[in-house]
Amino acid sequence: MSYQSPDILSANAKKILNDHIHNIDGLKPKDRLKIPAQEMPAQDPIERSKNLEEVAIGYTIEEARVEAMRCLECVKQTCIDGCPVKIDIPKFVSHIAYGEFQTAADVIKEASLLPSICGRVCPQETQCQETCKVGTAMKDVDKAVAIGRLERFVADWERDQGNVKIPDVKPETGKKVAIIGSGPAGLVVAADVKREGHSVTVFEAFHKLGGVMRYGIPEFRLPNSIVDEEINTLIKMGVNIQKNYVVGRTRKLNDLIEKDGYDAVFIGTGAGLPIFMGIDGESLVGVFSANEYLTRANLMKAFDKKNADTPIYPSKTVAVLGGGNVAMDAARMALRLGAEKVYVIYRRTEVEMPARKEEVAHTKEEGIEFNFLTNAKRILGDENGKVKAMECLKYELGEPDDSGRRRPVVIEGSEFLFDVDTVIVAIGNGSNPLIKQTTPGLDANKWGNIIVDEKQKSSMDRVFAGGDIVLGAATVILAMGEGRKAAAAINEMLAKELQGETIS
Amino acid sequence: MAKIVLKEKLSESVFKMNLYAPSIAEERKAGQFIMLQINEDVGERIPLTIADANKNEGTITIIFQVVGMTTDELAKLNVGDDIPVLVGPLGTPTHIKNYGTVVCVGGGIGVAPLHPIAEALKAAGNKIITIIGARNKELTIMEDEMRSIADEFIVCTDDGSYGRKALVTEPLKEICKREIKPDMVIAIGPPIMMKFCAETTRPFEVYTEVSLNTIMVDGTGMCGGCRVNVGGDVKFVCVDGPEFDGHKVDFDNMMARLNSYKGIEEEKHSCYLDSLVEENS
Repeated sequence: MSYQSPDILSANAKKILNDHIHNIDGLKPKDRLKIPAQEMPAQDPIERSKNLEEVAIGYTIEEARVEAMRCLECVKQTCIDGCPVKIDIPKFVSHIAYGEFQTAADVIKEASLLPSICGRVCPQETQCQETCKVGTAMKDVDKAVAIGRLERFVADWERDQGNVKIPDVKPETGKKVAIIGSGPAGLVVAADVKREGHSVTVFEAFHKLGGVMRYGIPEFRLPNSIVDEEINTLIKMGVNIQKNYVVGRTRKLNDLIEKDGYDAVFIGTGAGLPIFMGIDGESLVGVFSANEYLTRANLMKAFDKKNADTPIYPSKTVAVLGGGNVAMDAARMALRLGAEKVYVIYRRTEVEMPARKEEVAHTKEEGIEFNFLTNAKRILGDENGKVKAMECLKYELGEPDDSGRRRPVVIEGSEFLFDVDTVIVAIGNGSNPLIKQTTPGLDANKWGNIIVDEKQKSSMDRVFAGGDIVLGAATVILAMGEGRKAAAAINEMLAKELQGETIS
Repeated sequence: MAKIVLKEKLSESVFKMNLYAPSIAEERKAGQFIMLQINEDVGERIPLTIADANKNEGTITIIFQVVGMTTDELAKLNVGDDIPVLVGPLGTPTHIKNYGTVVCVGGGIGVAPLHPIAEALKAAGNKIITIIGARNKELTIMEDEMRSIADEFIVCTDDGSYGRKALVTEPLKEICKREIKPDMVIAIGPPIMMKFCAETTRPFEVYTEVSLNTIMVDGTGMCGGCRVNVGGDVKFVCVDGPEFDGHKVDFDNMMARLNSYKGIEEEKHSCYLDSLVEENS
């Protein structure tokens, strides 16, 4: 994929739309397959590497309609099977093709509450788009219908109209639900439980809401204003918010139930302690977890060097270890903070990278250098304890491991040195220990992830959990999917209790 | 949000404040800390130890020294002002039990976090020997509070302007040499003081606990900025600490990490001071 300016993309789409606009019904599958896949318009790579504004600009109306026309409206809707929240994808896509954007938005909202977020951050190529028949026919998953971009288009369109609908809330039931953490899982539970008329309070440890969508995912990929909008919708629905409140420390989880009278608690505290490599030199000045680096830049606004009090490390040459979205975010953020050279070090190959394809493409366009089949061996410091270089090892791919990916095997004697002043470790997170440590009776596995049943219920009565605290580090949409299930179980439990109360 | 209900100047650059924070006051235990921010939007988060708390009044006490931007701004706030972000109590509380004889060593501002720990240890039946030290008389804080809970009390200053002219390690060494060795030492103060307290007690094999105050962003176990090497393992001060076995802490690395942002912070702080001068002129 090479960069094309938004003007060119938009002009091409206008032409194609004109060709088909009067005969959408008459489009045969072979006609649809001939319509070229619409690229996502993006800011110029050189420009954007100096600003924090969103990289992907979003489809124009014409681009969205043309892309939507590529959908074959299959009988067997494999795309829906791939969606963790089961959006009726062919239906909303078809409405877009006909220019019926509000109806399209309504279809999505039946299943997903946060489409402008999911459209931006879901790994569509391994979910809905993976099994898309258009991609199969073209023998290229990248040529599948761009469902995520269309979802984002519809959500943005609705917001731009200024009339985002506030979901209906049933009359007060008198039941109280506490939600710990305001990330994607918690927000979905808050909305779904509030809709049933229960009182909902979200407890957030930070001074701002959104969890990983605020501290982790950068502005250039998911603007804060979009997270704010989604949270405002919840507040308008009557959800209470308690910020700067660490359940487990400010108040014990048991006290929420026993003393404060909450009828149910949902734990959505997300991923926790960053994992380090365990190599020499990892405590040198200039080595950061991606969590710290991104939290400083995003939540604490260190990008705004003039106004923010939180400092960010001044880097010239940065190595980022890891191949996921967080690694891409950290590498691109380092570039935007003024680094002259940024390397991504990943021990497998590009095929195995867990990051979204669009992010990898954007990262490359911005001039970040990828070193595949490479891993850090040790980090070297200068006399002041600051990072000055890194020693790496080369790898080759061996037999597949448990994850089905071919296991990287070290090539003996392949050590090589290169100069860096900053190393950002983005190889994943452990679980946050706070609630587990302070809540006797709450079962967790050996990694500290809370154990839940198929309804997201934990080992404790009235206590549910979902998202990264259960899954380990996963994605926004999987967290939302778990939140959905937990909310349904909480609603079911409370409805039964209410029924019992009316009978007796 | 927490309202300042009391403010006292303890010395030229050291302040005491009581903040209205009933839920923190109720839950806090000796050894725990809070994170605060002066500006919700662009402020930085700094950790400060809880020096005391009053459950009935719903207040906690913080004692801080003006060392940078945020503490400078904090010192300018007055009774009735709000601190927009206050979260806690964080960290693992001190393990309080009857150890026997405990030497409590406090250096400079470190006397503030030491006080609730000494108090709790005293209440648990320990014999308390207290050593407090400061650069000079003016910087000696909380002497009366510490003296009132000590079975034996020593005060020293670097310049001899008050008490004994010595570093805290001198009396500490003498106490370790006594016929009956102390059962435990707890040392809180500047990193260099804690390092040398640990070095002093090491040959005597007296368990020495230190309370670390590292750089933190969230303070809840998410960022890893506070990590230290303890006995070869990476530990997170915010959730595993703040107290660790002083004989195992890699103080040199910790001190290097504390200076990670020194240049930037000094520049920022001096810009801030310049802007105040401009505003007032």
